[in-house]
Amino acid sequence: MDIYVCIKRVADTSEVDIEIDRTGLALTEDDFSYDINEWDNFAVEAALQLKEEHGGKVTALTVGIEDDEEVLRRALAMGCDEALHLSDPCFEGSDAWGIAQILSAALKGKPLDLLLFGTVSADEGAGQTGGFVAGLLDLPMVSLATSLKVNGSIATVSHEVEGGLERVRELDLPAVVTVQTGINEPRYVSIRGIRKVSGIEIPVSGVGDLGLDPNQVGASGARVKLEELFLPPQGQSAQMLEGSDDEIIDKLLDLLQENGGL
Amino acid sequence: MAAALGALTLILNRRLALLRAAAAEPRTGDWGARLKRLLVIGFGQSRQPRYLVAGLVHVVLFAGFMLLSLRSMSLIAEPFWPGISNIGEPYTFIRHMAAALVLVGCAIAAWRRVVVRPARYHDRHATVSHTKEAVAILSLISFLMIADAAFDFGGSEGVRKVAFWAHNSALLFFLCLLPYGKHFHVITALPNVFFSSLKLSGVVKPPSYSESDFDALETVGVSKLEDFTWKQLLDVYSCVDCGRCSDHCPAYASKSPLSPRMLNIKTRDAAFEHYPIKGEITPPEKRADLVGEVITPDELWSCTTCGACQEACPVTIEYLDRIVDMRRFLVDDGNLPATLQKPMAALEKRGNPYGKMARKRGDTGVRVLKEGDACDTLFFTDSCAAFDPRVQETAIAFGEILAQAGVDAGTLGKDEVDSGHEARRFGEEGLFLTLREQNLEAMDKREFTQIVTTDPHALNALKNDYELEQPVLHHSQYLAKLLSEGKLPLQPLGDNRRYTFHDPCYLGRHNNEYAAPRDVLNAIPGIETVEMERSRNRSFCCGAGSLNLFHETECERRMGELRLDMVAESGADVVVTACPFCLSNLEDAAKTTGRENEIEIIDLAELVQRSLGKTKQPEKE
Amino acid sequence: MRDILVLIEDLIDAPAELAAAARCFGDVQTTAFVSGGTESEHQMLAGLFDCVKVAPAASDANWCAEFLCAQILPLLDSMQPHLVLMHHTNNGLDLAPLLAAKSDRPMLADCISLESRENGVSAVRTVFGGKVHARISATDSATGYFATVRSGAFSMPEDTATKSGSIVALPLIETAPRRRFIETITPEAGAVDITQSEILVAVGRGIDDEDNMEIVEELADALGAELACTRPVVDKGWLEKSRQVGTSGLTVKPKIYLTVGVSGSFQHLGGIKGGPFMVAINQDAAAPIFAAADVGIVGDLFDLVPLLEEKIRERKG
Ligand SMILES: Cc1cc2nc3c(=O)[nH]c(=O)nc-3n(C[C@H](O)[C@H](O)[C@H](O)COP(=O)(O)OP(=O)(O)OC[C@H]3O[C@@H](n4cnc5c(N)ncnc54)[C@H](O)[C@@H]3O)c2cc1C
Ligand code: SF4
Ligand code: SF4
Repeated sequence: MDIYVCIKRVADTSEVDIEIDRTGLALTEDDFSYDINEWDNFAVEAALQLKEEHGGKVTALTVGIEDDEEVLRRALAMGCDEALHLSDPCFEGSDAWGIAQILSAALKGKPLDLLLFGTVSADEGAGQTGGFVAGLLDLPMVSLATSLKVNGSIATVSHEVEGGLERVRELDLPAVVTVQTGINEPRYVSIRGIRKVSGIEIPVSGVGDLGLDPNQVGASGARVKLEELFLPPQGQSAQMLEGSDDEIIDKLLDLLQENGGL
Repeated sequence: MAAALGALTLILNRRLALLRAAAAEPRTGDWGARLKRLLVIGFGQSRQPRYLVAGLVHVVLFAGFMLLSLRSMSLIAEPFWPGISNIGEPYTFIRHMAAALVLVGCAIAAWRRVVVRPARYHDRHATVSHTKEAVAILSLISFLMIADAAFDFGGSEGVRKVAFWAHNSALLFFLCLLPYGKHFHVITALPNVFFSSLKLSGVVKPPSYSESDFDALETVGVSKLEDFTWKQLLDVYSCVDCGRCSDHCPAYASKSPLSPRMLNIKTRDAAFEHYPIKGEITPPEKRADLVGEVITPDELWSCTTCGACQEACPVTIEYLDRIVDMRRFLVDDGNLPATLQKPMAALEKRGNPYGKMARKRGDTGVRVLKEGDACDTLFFTDSCAAFDPRVQETAIAFGEILAQAGVDAGTLGKDEVDSGHEARRFGEEGLFLTLREQNLEAMDKREFTQIVTTDPHALNALKNDYELEQPVLHHSQYLAKLLSEGKLPLQPLGDNRRYTFHDPCYLGRHNNEYAAPRDVLNAIPGIETVEMERSRNRSFCCGAGSLNLFHETECERRMGELRLDMVAESGADVVVTACPFCLSNLEDAAKTTGRENEIEIIDLAELVQRSLGKTKQPEKE
Repeated sequence: MRDILVLIEDLIDAPAELAAAARCFGDVQTTAFVSGGTESEHQMLAGLFDCVKVAPAASDANWCAEFLCAQILPLLDSMQPHLVLMHHTNNGLDLAPLLAAKSDRPMLADCISLESRENGVSAVRTVFGGKVHARISATDSATGYFATVRSGAFSMPEDTATKSGSIVALPLIETAPRRRFIETITPEAGAVDITQSEILVAVGRGIDDEDNMEIVEELADALGAELACTRPVVDKGWLEKSRQVGTSGLTVKPKIYLTVGVSGSFQHLGGIKGGPFMVAINQDAAAPIFAAADVGIVGDLFDLVPLLEEKIRERKG
C-alpha cells in the first residue's frame, strides 16, 4: 500500500505573548518554537500503523521553506520510508489553494492508495487543504477521521459529525482522509531517533520540477490575501463582574455571547 | 558422587550461558572495598536484622551453613581420604550446636512460611507462590542435619553407613536443586555482593559500556534477556524472593502496577524458561517480549527511582539501572505515554518540562550572570524553582539567605535549562545529553568556584552525571556550612510545634546526605524534632520523583498521602523537606487528606529564613 | 443584483444565522439549497430566503459530500452566484473545500465577520487558536466566491423571517458514490474526549460533594459544553480521570473555559492551552484563578451556577 501524508511545521504559540510585527502581516517570531502540526502527527501515526499492518510504503511531504525540513526528518524518524520537500522561493506566500496546487502537482501520477492530512493546522485553522487536494485530484474524501482501517481496496473510516456522534463510512481507494486528533497514540520520537536520520538526503522539488506556472502559486497566485493581523481586544487580568447576582449573570451571558459561547 | 558433582558443574554451566551472552559491565578493581562489602553484607549479613525474626533466622541458617560446610565437604571427601571428616573435638562441639540451631531455624522459618505468612512473602502480583519450594528446601536442610547427626551418633556401623550416604546424596541433590529456583541465591548471593556497585546509587549506568558514543549504538536499552549486563542477570539469579524490596517500595505500597520483586521473578522465570538446563535456548523472536509483555510499560513507568528497593535488599540487588535500561528501550521504541511525551517535547523545545519560555523564569533575587561574569557560588535552580510559583518561594528564600550571609552568588538566568535528571532517568538519554551540553556551555562562559542547588535531583545530575570540576552542594549542605561559619544567626521560632525531616531520595539514599539538613534543623534554638519511622535511608518517597509530577500511574492511594499518614503517626506538626518535588507533592497530599490546617510543609531554606526573623511564623490554627 | 447561494445543513439555528451572514452583502438575492427535509421546513426557509431549492435527499438520508457536490455543481453552473455560503461545521469541513475546489472558487474559511467589497469579499477569521485575528480578502474572481462562517458568529434580529420565497424542487442527479454510509454511532459516555471540546465547564473541589455535581452537569448541558475538572475531583471519584485537566491530566484547547470552584493551581492551569475565553466563579477573591481568567465572579457557586443555567436556557429559548 502506498500512503502519502501531507504535513506542516507550525509555531507553538501556547506560552508566548503574541506580538504582531511591523508589517502587520506576521507575528514576531523570537519566542516561537516549532513542531509538526498536532493533527499531522496523528496522521503520520495512522499511516505508519496501516503500513505495519498491510505492508507498503509511507511518504511524508511538506510544502515550505528550508527550516520546514525538520518535520520531514521527524516523520522519517517515526518510521516513514521517504520524504519529499516541496520548496521553492516562489512558493512563499502561497494561500491554502496554492499549497493544494503544489501538493496536487507533486502527487499527480504517483501510485497512491491513501492520502492523509491532519484535519486542520494549529496556525491557520481553516481545514481546507485536504479538501482542496481531494477536489483537484478528484478523489473521494472523509474529514475528521477518528478511526481508519483498510481492507483490500476499501477503507472503513469513522468520523466526527455534529452532536458528539460518529459516522462510519466506506471509501473506495485511492482516497483522501483528514485525521482528527485522538485517532491513535502517536509514538514518541527520541532525540536519538532524529539524529539517526539526520544524514538522509531529502529530495527537494521546486516549481519547475512540478511543472507549475510560477504565477499560479506563491503570493502572486494567492486567491485569498492576508490584509492584516490584529489582536482581539483583551484585558490583562480578569474583569471582575459586580452587582446583584442577576446583573452579574446577565453581564456574563453578554460576554459569553460575544465570545461565541452561546 | 563424581557423577553428581559433574551434574552440578553442567547445571551451573548452563546457567552461566546466559551471563556469557549478556552485555559487558566492568565490576572489577577496588578489591579491598569489594572484600569489605563481602565481609560486611555477605558474611556479616548486615542487612538482615532490619526484619528482626526473619533476619535472625537467616543469620542463624547462614552461620550454621558456613560452620557446617567444612564438615559437609569433608564428608564428601571421606571416601577418598578416610578419616578426613574427623576434624577435632572443638569443631565437633560447635558443629553440633550449629546443627541444632539450624534445625530450630528451619522449624521457625517453615512455621513462618506456612502459618504466620507475612504479607511480604505473598506478592500481590505473583501468580505462583514459592512457599512449597521454600518448605521443600527447609525440609531438605533439616534432613541433612539429622543425617549428619546420625552419622556421628549412630550406634552401629550400618546406621552410620546409611547416614553417610543419605547425607552425601542429599547434599549433592540439594546443590543440584539450587539452580532451579530461588535458592540459587545460596550459590550466587555471595558473588553478587562481591561484585555489587561501589558507586553512589544516584549514578546511572551509561547505555553501553562497550560503546561510549551514544549515537553510534545499534540498539538502546534492554528489550530482551541478552541485553542485560551479566551483573544485572546475576542480580536476577540471586533474588531470594524475600519481598523486602517491594515491602519498601512506595509504588507497591500505593498499589500501583509495580512490584520490584516481580521484576526479578519474571525476568528469572524467563531466563530459566529460555535458557533451560535441558534442551535448546529459545531464540529471542520466539519468546514473549520481555519488555512490553512480560514486564509491562505501566510497571516501568510507575517507578519513582527512589532506590528504597535496592537499599533494602539483603543481597544488594540493583534495580535502578535495570529499570532505566528497560525504559531506554521503550523510549527508543517510541513507546512513551502521551502524558510523558508532553514534558519531554517541552524539554526539547523550550528547555523545561512546562514548555514555558526561558524569558519567563521567575526571579530569585540572585544576580544573573552575563557571559563572562564571575561569582563565588553558582545557584542552579532547575526547572521547578524557575517556573512553579510555590517552589519559587523556596529559591527566593534561599537567595535572601545567601545575600544576608554575604555570599557572592549568581545564576545562569535564562541560559539555564533543565538539568535533564528526569529525562535521563526516564530513559531519554539523547535529551539528557542535549540539555547537559546546553548547561555546560552556559557554565563554561561564566566563572564560579562552586555550585549550589535547592533541588536534590539537580544535585544528583550535576554531581554524578555532569562531571564538573567545581564541587556541587545541596542547599542543606550549604546552609550547614554557613552555620558552622557562624553566618546564620538562627533565632527561636517561638512555637511549640514538632518538626520532622522528610529525607528526599536523591539527597539521602542516592547521595548519602542525612546529617546536613538535620544539623541545620537542630541548630534552631528550642526546636522540637521527631523522626518518622521511615527516615534516613528508609525514607518513603513522596511520589513525585522523576517525571511522575506529570505522569500518574494508576494507584489506590497516592504515595504522598501515604507519606502524610506517616507524618501524622510521628506526631509532627511540620514537615521540613529540602526538595521542590517533595514540597509540592506533600503539600498537595496535606490538602487531599484534609490536613492542610494541621500539618505544614516547608522547605529547609524557608524555615531557616523564618528562623532568621525574615518571615513571620504563621498563626497557629 | 448579486446572487448568494446558501447551503443549509441543519434546519434549527443555522438558516437564520446564514441569512444574517448574507445580509452583510446588502441588497442581495438569496437562495437556499437544501437536500431533503419536510415541507414545513421548506416553508420556514422560504420565510428567510428569496428562493428555496430543494434537492432530493441522499438515499441513505445522510450528509454525503460527494452526493451533495453532484447535486450542487449544476446549480452553480446555472446560477453563477456571486457567493456560496455555508457554516464552518464538521459537515462544512467535509463539503466546502471539495465544492470550492470543484467550482474553482476562492474560499474564505471559518469567518467571524464578512464584508462586501466593490470587487470581492473580505472577512475576519481567527488564527493561532483564536489568539490573533486576521483580515483576509478575495477579489477579482471570475468564478465568484465561497465562504464558510463560524456557528454563532452571525445573528438575525428576531423579526426578519418575513420573506415569502419560492420553493423549487431540483431533479436528482445520479451518482455512483465512492464513499458510502455504513452507520451512525454514539460513542460511549465515558469516551468523551475533552481535548476536542470547544466549551468546557471545569469543576473544582469547591463543588464539595458528589451530590452537587448535578448542578454543573445541568450547566454544561445548557451551554452545550463538556465537563472537565481538577485532580481532587477525580481523586474523589466524582468524575473520570479522562476529564482531568492539568500537568498530570489532559491538555485542552477550548474556546471557552468556565471554571466553578477551582482555585487555579499552577498544575491545573498548565493544562489549558490556546488562550480560551476564561470565566472563573470562586468565592475567594484572592484565588489565583482570577489572575488567569478573563472574567471573574466572586460569589457562591451554589447560588450562581443554577441561576446561570436558568438564564442560558431562557436566552436560548
Ligand atoms: C504532582 C502534582 C500533579 C498535579 N496535577 C494536577 C492536574 O493535572 N490537574 C489538577 O487540576 N490538579 C493537579 N494537581 C493538584 C493541584 O496542585 C491542586 O491541588 C488542584 O488543582 C486544586 O484543585 P481545586 O482547584 O479543585 O481545589 P482547591 O484548590 O481546593 O480549590 C477549591 C476552590 O473552590 C473555592 N470554593 C469553595 N467553595 C466554593 C463555593 N461554594 N463557591 C465558589 N467557590 C468555592 C475555594 O475558594 C477554592 O478556591 C497536581 C498536584 C501535584 C502535586
Ligand atoms: S526505585 Fe523506588 S519506586 Fe522504583 S522500584 Fe525501587 S522502591 Fe519502587
Ligand atoms: S530483590 Fe532483594 S529484597 Fe527483593 S525479593 Fe529479591 S532478594 Fe528480596
